[in-house]
Amino acid sequence: MNPLDDKIHWLLRLGDSALVQGQRLCEWCGHAPAIEEELALMNVGLDLIGQARNWYEYAVVLLVDGRTADDLAFRRDDRSFRNLLLVEQPNGDYAVTMARQFFYDAWHHAALSGMAASRDEHIAAIAAKALKEVTYHLTRSAEWVQRLGDGTEVSHQRMCAAVERLWRFTFELTEVDDAQARLAASGIIGDPAQRAEAWNATVALVCEKATVPLPAPAVPNYLSGRNGLHTEHLGPLLAEMQYLQRAYPNARW
Amino acid sequence: MYAQLVETGIKRLKNLDEMAPQERAFQEKIDAEIKIEAKNWMPEAYRQTLIRQISQHAHSEIVGMLPEGNWITRAPTLKRKLQLMAKVQDEAGHGLYLYSAMETLGADRDEEIARLHAGKAKYSSIFNYPTLTWADMGVVGWLVDGAAIVNQVVLQRTSYGPYARAMVRICKEESFHQRQGYELLLTLMHEGNDAQKAMVQDAINRFWWPSLMMFGPSDADSPNSAQSMAWKIKRQSNDELRQRFIDQTVPQLELLGCTAPDPDLKWNEERGHYDFGAIQWEEFYQVLKGNGPCNRERLETRRAAYEDGAWVREAAVAYARKQQQRHTAA
Repeated sequence: MNPLDDKIHWLLRLGDSALVQGQRLCEWCGHAPAIEEELALMNVGLDLIGQARNWYEYAVVLLVDGRTADDLAFRRDDRSFRNLLLVEQPNGDYAVTMARQFFYDAWHHAALSGMAASRDEHIAAIAAKALKEVTYHLTRSAEWVQRLGDGTEVSHQRMCAAVERLWRFTFELTEVDDAQARLAASGIIGDPAQRAEAWNATVALVCEKATVPLPAPAVPNYLSGRNGLHTEHLGPLLAEMQYLQRAYPNARW
Repeated sequence: MYAQLVETGIKRLKNLDEMAPQERAFQEKIDAEIKIEAKNWMPEAYRQTLIRQISQHAHSEIVGMLPEGNWITRAPTLKRKLQLMAKVQDEAGHGLYLYSAMETLGADRDEEIARLHAGKAKYSSIFNYPTLTWADMGVVGWLVDGAAIVNQVVLQRTSYGPYARAMVRICKEESFHQRQGYELLLTLMHEGNDAQKAMVQDAINRFWWPSLMMFGPSDADSPNSAQSMAWKIKRQSNDELRQRFIDQTVPQLELLGCTAPDPDLKWNEERGHYDFGAIQWEEFYQVLKGNGPCNRERLETRRAAYEDGAWVREAAVAYARKQQQRHTAA
């Protein structure tokens, strides 16, 4: 695979993950456990979808096939989406949502930290801006994992169940594939091994404080977000998200 | 305003001579346009009226997230999705400001929210209408926020300081949303296809009258207004505000190239205002009573969010307590 394709795929990995996670947060609107949480969930979602737009806008510059950022978000089907499997998982209860957010934030923070010094100045700039937001997301989700894990007996049980439920999708968060190795070698992204190490360390520390036991490292499950091999959850998510663009092709909004 | 019918419990206004000294001093302060603050003496009825009005207003912000939240997952472009998310986030923030303002009067947020969930407290009738198409997002921004702003701009001068100051902050954000809503409609009308234009007109047809109802009953049927006006909680009558809204909105309607579902709407040269048709007050009172299109769904959603979230709030409290204990022990 040539270096440009690697880069585009990586940009889509970042953009699609942020968009899908943001979309899941949108589903919480009006249903959160407190008004402060309504605000926070929408705030985090807003950051993520803004970041998705930034990654897509750079991706379309490299793609030069006439597509726009909106085309990438609203006109690709699930076999072309490259998001992490983790972020497409349903919201479940608040523990599932917070565990998913935390696992993703820890990955996201490490990935962006590695890209803030990218030799690609566009990537460096987008990552630097996103990193400020994601630092806040990670602080917040880590706090919630602790609050729920070390809260009441009920919340502890639920947080343990949430971690157990999502854990099998975390293999992608520490995965170091050839494309990432190539991008890292050319100074485009940070070292993926370091990213994996940072993810493991953050998750171990926070879950220990939260009194939530961690399962053994997750193993690949024959699906692959980066190859567009998703769980059955992504299709309905996209059907809902993309319906207007699909129903009225070429309309302006 | 999102508080359409606020009981003052007072049938007849007292004149200054009839008032006890404390009450007279209060009324003189009001008459002199001096803001009332949390620690000042105030008549109990003034306090209760404000608690009802501000809590109704706060509830409206929170319930008002639902009709728009209905389209957040389906917004057609990244830009529109971001705008809608920012707007809903602001609404949650407005709810928080207002609950805080209300609490300066000695009311309790949880108790007032419990009253909402029990169906004992009102919120704006407008949020009992369903959002059926994407164009509704533009129309809600333009007409519903527009009507809210006309009400709230006046409330910036309301006599109770904490409420007036909340309104100043809220109006700034609200005006921004209203312009975005209108811009959304302009895009659909000027750059959209026939289906999109039809969507806009249909949305206006559905939301026009409910938006006019946001100003509350006509002055003739507003027995509570006199006391609210004397206390300068209200600064202008329902009908005055409604007329102002219509006068400023009709030119915007024309710029869109749309029409109002009101055959009697026309400019009256003599009055210098638009004349308009009769509002269906039966519908207004039915919606306020709980018999509107979405009353049941809105309350069920809010109740479920609160009940399903109980264990989360309990966990947060338990965790905070443990942290405090550890801190003290260390």
